[in-house]
Amino acid sequence: MTVIADPKTIIAARAARELHPGEIVNLGIGIPNLIPGFLGADTEIFLHTENGLLGVGPRPSEDELDPDLVDAAKRPITALSGASYFDSAASFAMIRGGHVDVAVLGALQVSERGDIANWAIPGKDVLGVGGAMDLVVGARRVIVTMTSTTPSGERKLIRECTFPLTAREAVDVVVTELAVFRFREGSLVLTELLDDATIEAVERVTEARYTVELEA
Amino acid sequence: MTTRGSISAEEAVSHIRSGDTVMVGGFGLVGAPLALIDALADHSEATDLTVVSNNIGEPGKGLGKLLRQGRIRRGISSFFTSNPEAVAAVNAGEIEATLLPQGTFAEAIRAGGAGIGGFFTPVAAGTLLAEGKEERLIDGVPHVLEGPLHADVSLVFAARADELGNLWYRHTARNFNPLMATAARTTIAEAGEIVAAGELDPESIATPHLYVDHLVASS
Repeated sequence: MTVIADPKTIIAARAARELHPGEIVNLGIGIPNLIPGFLGADTEIFLHTENGLLGVGPRPSEDELDPDLVDAAKRPITALSGASYFDSAASFAMIRGGHVDVAVLGALQVSERGDIANWAIPGKDVLGVGGAMDLVVGARRVIVTMTSTTPSGERKLIRECTFPLTAREAVDVVVTELAVFRFREGSLVLTELLDDATIEAVERVTEARYTVELEA
Repeated sequence: MTTRGSISAEEAVSHIRSGDTVMVGGFGLVGAPLALIDALADHSEATDLTVVSNNIGEPGKGLGKLLRQGRIRRGISSFFTSNPEAVAAVNAGEIEATLLPQGTFAEAIRAGGAGIGGFFTPVAAGTLLAEGKEERLIDGVPHVLEGPLHADVSLVFAARADELGNLWYRHTARNFNPLMATAARTTIAEAGEIVAAGELDPESIATPHLYVDHLVASS
């Protein structure tokens, strides 16, 4: 790619490569929802939505719209051949029970130990959590897709989360528009620079402490 | 208990009394028993209600209608935020809010219906939503004790029912409905279509009729 896409597209494209054929994946709202556009046609990933469907298909055309068929963001979806429906207790039993391989979700902050904050901002209403806590605790692999900084320039990959936590030490991978970080034995490791990003550029937007082990 | 045949929505909601805890199925408005909620709003005086529902409807719609009428005292939910008027009511001190992670919310209803006195879950451990709850290390992992949820009356929606009250749900409109049908003293099911007993495939009945006390046709 020679055209520089917007940061969210870059992040989604890179995060898509973290998913493997056969995996059961739950995609959160925002950047994760761009990921299906970057999965190869022959990549068989099974999408789970916590409101009760395994086998989420593409967005419906006008003719296919079905009011009984929505994702966790309450947007219309389709169901693929081989899909199954279940109630909410069964759906979260799948999540907590470790049967969902990957959760990809956005975050407001991630700490250098893998703590994640993605449901509440201090001083704002803390009245909606949905399935975020269940997903980050239960999914076998948690991939965070987020821009390095907020629109006002505040860093998100930091030493300690200052916002209310979603879960402690729950994150496995962080994909930003500049880099891929992985948690290894509880420590943060920078493993990849995206496109022409430099270590200096990553350093400027990362408060968390990390080691560098770039993979070829 | 099972009563054969259906009753009107007005008659059904007369079972709801002031001060009752009422479970209401649906994920947002998807799978919500809208005819029953409308009947509760328009044909019942019951107030001071505790509502157990994943969301408190949308502005002026579903449970949002009851909220505007000032008849909800307390909400137990995983996502109040989908109705800004519910958030405003909480902030103004008009209703009391209990927020639970969605999986904990679902499991608490399941436990309530299954005669289970509570459960330990790793979800929310070490967070704001675990405050005041008993924590215990299980296999080295912090868990939080959560109690069951029960209701006086549950209002659920199924696309299809038979006249005995067996329920068949459609697509993602299933969500919390089969759980809530189990967890109340009185369960009222609204059905899009009511067929004769024997017409539903026994293998596809998600709620057997022993959970359903009253049946109401949607239209």
